[in-house]
Amino acid sequence: MADDASSTSDLTADDQKVLLECYREMLRIRRVEERLSQLFADREIPGFIHLSIGQESVPVGVARHLTAADTIAVTHRGHGHALAKGMALPKFFAEMMGRDAGICAGRGGSMHIADASVGMLGANGIVAGGMSIATGSALAHKMDGQGNIAIGCFGDGALAEGIFHECLNLASLWSLPILFVCENNGWGEFSKTDQQFRGDLSGLATAFACRYAFADGTNVLSVVEVADKLIAGVRNNTKPAILECRVERFHGHFEGDPQKYRAEEELKKLEANDPLAIAKKALLANGIGEDTLEALVPELDEEIESAVGFANEASPPAFSDASADVYARSV
Amino acid sequence: MEALRFGQAIGQALKDAMAADEKVFLLGEDIAAAGGPFGVTRGLHKEFGGDRVRDFPIAEASLVGTALGAALGGYKPIAEIMFMDFCTLAMDAIVNQAAKAHFMFGGQTDVPMVIRTPHGGGLNAGAQHSQCLEAWFAHVPGLITVCPATAQDAYGLLRSAIEEPNPVLFIENKSLYAKKFEADGELQHVPIGQARLDRAGSDVTVVTYGAALFDARTAADKADEQGLSVEIIDLRSLQPWDESEVLESLSKTHRLVIFHEAVEAFGIGAEIAARIGDVGFDELDAPIVRVGAPFTPVPYAPSLESAFRPDADALLDALKRVTA
Repeated sequence: MADDASSTSDLTADDQKVLLECYREMLRIRRVEERLSQLFADREIPGFIHLSIGQESVPVGVARHLTAADTIAVTHRGHGHALAKGMALPKFFAEMMGRDAGICAGRGGSMHIADASVGMLGANGIVAGGMSIATGSALAHKMDGQGNIAIGCFGDGALAEGIFHECLNLASLWSLPILFVCENNGWGEFSKTDQQFRGDLSGLATAFACRYAFADGTNVLSVVEVADKLIAGVRNNTKPAILECRVERFHGHFEGDPQKYRAEEELKKLEANDPLAIAKKALLANGIGEDTLEALVPELDEEIESAVGFANEASPPAFSDASADVYARSV
Repeated sequence: MEALRFGQAIGQALKDAMAADEKVFLLGEDIAAAGGPFGVTRGLHKEFGGDRVRDFPIAEASLVGTALGAALGGYKPIAEIMFMDFCTLAMDAIVNQAAKAHFMFGGQTDVPMVIRTPHGGGLNAGAQHSQCLEAWFAHVPGLITVCPATAQDAYGLLRSAIEEPNPVLFIENKSLYAKKFEADGELQHVPIGQARLDRAGSDVTVVTYGAALFDARTAADKADEQGLSVEIIDLRSLQPWDESEVLESLSKTHRLVIFHEAVEAFGIGAEIAARIGDVGFDELDAPIVRVGAPFTPVPYAPSLESAFRPDADALLDALKRVTA
């Protein structure tokens, strides 16, 4: 990883443009999650949150190839995907902070955040829990025949889950338009992937006759390019594919996790594999001014603070409203 | 009109629902050309084609999850789980995903899906093909659980279930599939949540559902011969259940027995008894009694299974107890 593929100074003008757009989107997710981290430490956010800092290249690199009608089901580490798919920031923060103005009316929180209006079918508190939902969504797309696709996002921790294998089988058997996206950060919760999973994802792809490609998640342009090809194939041929992105999880499994199970050595190396820093370096090497990049920070922070303000002004949800809405009609 | 078999009524409901709404489709193991293990979906594959009657791999977890994903995509899937015992493999999709999607996402989405599955013994199918697990599902907020006893109710409840914006567990007692019911007019929708007064009586109320209804009728006939007038309420819907219908009957009989094939401990009867013991206490002239299966797995040998299954005689004993 981090071979500085994007830090060369000879990016095409198109690549530069794409990289700058991706940088901005990754920075937006990063700033949002850093703000979440702070709010969590300040006890403004309850429960469990799982941050995707270090993994922003995947949602950004994938979502730019999606339309609003495409759908995505993601993991417990799903903030980046929610935002990249288009969830509005004020409702996002209000949900995280448990307010009635939240996108899920304060009933979901970080692990269950969803936005039907942008095709975000939900983060999921169950490892691999979203895989079959994405698969079913792909079936709906296929039956609709409009060329829309589904994304089933999972971590390497889902590789040993049976339902993942069921879904690969079904998607291939029924030629469903779905891209399975693996964010491989090397850790399944508190244990290393190689202690949990004997095979490898490319081997699984072969076993289930799925197209497979690997992207270096430290280089967002790699994700953009590989995802583009795979998604075009999924969309045009109505066939499943698997994208594996190697990334690093900077924070703990959950916020507050002291990560005592990770070696000092590994933690020290994280910064060198930061997709944001790598993208920045490449942009600078290609003549984008530091001031241009720095100017993004206050702009994004203003949007974030406005969203936090919106959340702060919203009320805690009333239980009577929640309890009256267990069913989609009064039963 | 000829007599209608229970299984045929379900097939008819599927057919009529599919004809009425192109978003309705079926998925399940061996339901297409094979017509399902009990023949319920026979003919539907030929009539509606492979896109709408889909044979699913033997993979129950993804079966239900895929149905949920399709439901979120605007379809009305009906997933068949071949035996209710196999629901164990799909519990995440049913309990954590489908049941909670509407609530957990703040009411953004409807979840219009049905899971059809057969429960019950009597076929000597043993411990993993005979269970009545409805209480598990009735315990989960967000699920609707129904269990019809007659062909007419099977048709009508299934039509209503398919039109529900909520996930419905539609439970069919497998011993009923071949049972014939006299036609009594047009088949029509039956609203979810409404019990049916099956037999009017004045001395004691029996609340039951599913195939146990027929043992309840036998017990009521025998009781009648002994001068005991039994009222039978067929719940039809287990969650939500028709509390007011039960209370109304109780106000007449002042005695209540709950009778079901499922294991008695922590069952549907326990919930009804506890609830009526609370809100109906003033009406009661005797303790509420439950009659269900003993606390063992469903055994295989005919001698064992018949001893296990609660029958009309067990119910009759209970009726005598509460009226003694």
